[in-house]
Amino acid sequence: MSILVNKDTKLIVQGFTGSQGTLHSEQSIEYGTNIVGGVTPGKGGIKHLGKPVFNSVRDAVKELNPNASIIFVPAKFCKDSIIEAADAGIKLIICITEGIPTIDMLDVKRHIDDLGIRLIGPNCPGIITPGEAKLGIMPGDIHIPGSIGIISRSGTLTYEAVKQTTDLGFGQSSCVGIGGDPIPGSSFIDMLKLFEDDDKTEAIVMVGEIGGSAEEAAAEYIKNNITKPVISYIAGQTAPAGKRMGHAGAIIAGGKGTAKNKIEKLKKCGVHIADNLVSIGSKVAEVIG
Amino acid sequence: MNLHEYQGKALFAEFNLPVSKGKVVFDADEIIDACNEIGGSKWVVKAQVHAGGRGKAGGVELIDNPQDGVEFAKKWLGKNLITYQTDKKGQPVNSILVEECMTIAKELYLSAVIDRETQKIVFIGSSEGGVNIEDVAKKYPEKIIYEAVVYGDKALSENAENIAKVLKLNKDQTNQFIPMIENLLRLFVEKDLSLLEINPLVITENGDLHCLDAKINIDSNALYRQPDLAEMYDQSQEDPQEAEAAKNDLSYVSLDGNIGCMVNGAGLAMGTMDTIKFYGGNPANFLDVGGTATQQRVAKAFKIILDDPDVKVVLVNIFGGIVRCDLIAEGIISAIKEVDVKIPVVVRLEGNNAEKGSQILSKASIKIDSINNLADAAKKAVEFAK
Repeated sequence: MSILVNKDTKLIVQGFTGSQGTLHSEQSIEYGTNIVGGVTPGKGGIKHLGKPVFNSVRDAVKELNPNASIIFVPAKFCKDSIIEAADAGIKLIICITEGIPTIDMLDVKRHIDDLGIRLIGPNCPGIITPGEAKLGIMPGDIHIPGSIGIISRSGTLTYEAVKQTTDLGFGQSSCVGIGGDPIPGSSFIDMLKLFEDDDKTEAIVMVGEIGGSAEEAAAEYIKNNITKPVISYIAGQTAPAGKRMGHAGAIIAGGKGTAKNKIEKLKKCGVHIADNLVSIGSKVAEVIG
Repeated sequence: MNLHEYQGKALFAEFNLPVSKGKVVFDADEIIDACNEIGGSKWVVKAQVHAGGRGKAGGVELIDNPQDGVEFAKKWLGKNLITYQTDKKGQPVNSILVEECMTIAKELYLSAVIDRETQKIVFIGSSEGGVNIEDVAKKYPEKIIYEAVVYGDKALSENAENIAKVLKLNKDQTNQFIPMIENLLRLFVEKDLSLLEINPLVITENGDLHCLDAKINIDSNALYRQPDLAEMYDQSQEDPQEAEAAKNDLSYVSLDGNIGCMVNGAGLAMGTMDTIKFYGGNPANFLDVGGTATQQRVAKAFKIILDDPDVKVVLVNIFGGIVRCDLIAEGIISAIKEVDVKIPVVVRLEGNNAEKGSQILSKASIKIDSINNLADAAKKAVEFAK
């Protein structure tokens, strides 16, 4: 088992023929992901990477019946692309693109919530179920199939957590980057629910960072609903207040969103804290080893 | 991106919000003309910087003689204003806003932000204005209202009435307030704001609502579709290194320590800073060099990091995902040569082709400490910094 994606996932790529879409689609196909086709307006009818290209998601859905879409289009077109995929009936949408205006995400979020659609990202590395499917930009070879579910707001920090759990032989059930934006499509809580219900997942690693209160909300949820052990690392303990640390969502505003506050709350709710980035793996070993 | 008060008020005026008659000047000689043009016998002169707390720092003055305004402008233009919100150097004053003077009956507070929890735009109102809202929230939480709104929603006038109640507005004022909220929300959405604050929103002696201040923050991700606002960018208000980095599409924040950091990925960059701290060192900066980490970008990043005279060592931490570490290693070597880096450089490469990358680094003609284990790399950097 796994969450969200597996070997049966039939994926289409929006922004398929662009440079990012091409590069990452090639690597995903090489990993074994079942990419059935792609969408680039105006390029319908051609083949790209051996797969059919369509002018619209609706056309692609009619022909290919995909159950997931990954989006690589530029930020200014993302709102329309996500809504297009949602309206065409795609139930799982992954948006990799960084830099979408927040006002656009408010509209997108309301739209997909009304339709009951799962959006991962934007501004994220995507999802991978090791050995089955890679829907994203993560390096496939650091993952091995295994028992740890990983959720993170950051791409490279996800890779750190993956590498450490791979090196210690645990492997991963699935890894989800929920993204570094202030309005993400899915929250920690959404993913915690899925990992709790996944038979293969024995423990969950949750990598958070400064800004907002998603970690605090997750802590409360974990206390009341999650029976599996949760190990957490929070980045930005040395970050100054009021400064955006790269990610649009990583900012301590009005004294809220500090790493200290998040760590205290997580500890209080029974989450195991890795107090150093390099000790995520060893903390997992200590908890479930 | 932040706007100055005078720029924010120009936007307010464009969206039919009540603001004072005013004029911005960039030269002390223009003050008298500005006062004459505005008319009346009393004016307020306000130093324009991207920071709050100007009043207490002497950056706002009430004058009844234009010549006093000239003196005020001479005192501040070209100088730095230090408030509780700035760093110890303060922010440079390059312009002064001259405004007609209002007689105030009561000070209120109103702001709007994008609330991450409700994923909506939320208006925050309080009957206690002119003071720090975070202090009010601590002392008198009952005097603050948080009202989530949806643009284009029918319930908006109801939302406005809810806020008006907490602000203790009378019927006439509430009738002014409802369109005010509608206009503010339209401004927020149409201009891609991330923060809007009116502190204080005042009730004048005539009983009318009036925006006495305007703090506006624009979503940087949306500047591509807000060309007029993008032009209002004032680089003088930014940290020079941060501005230079932003120009080169690098995310950089300067900090107080002496260990320069160059990392790919924002999360890992924060994690690296924390790791340095964990082993007893102090990071000099946050820097996300981006996923590709080409020679060009790495060279730019080195230049920006080395502009900080406190930096004694640079720790490069790259998790090669899509880009191979051997290519990154070559880029790092060329960049170090190009920039002529004279201080120790510790490099940690992990991920795709990491071993090959470290071999290239160890064989380089320049001295680079290549350490694949992040903990050891951080410890080494801390040692160099001592």
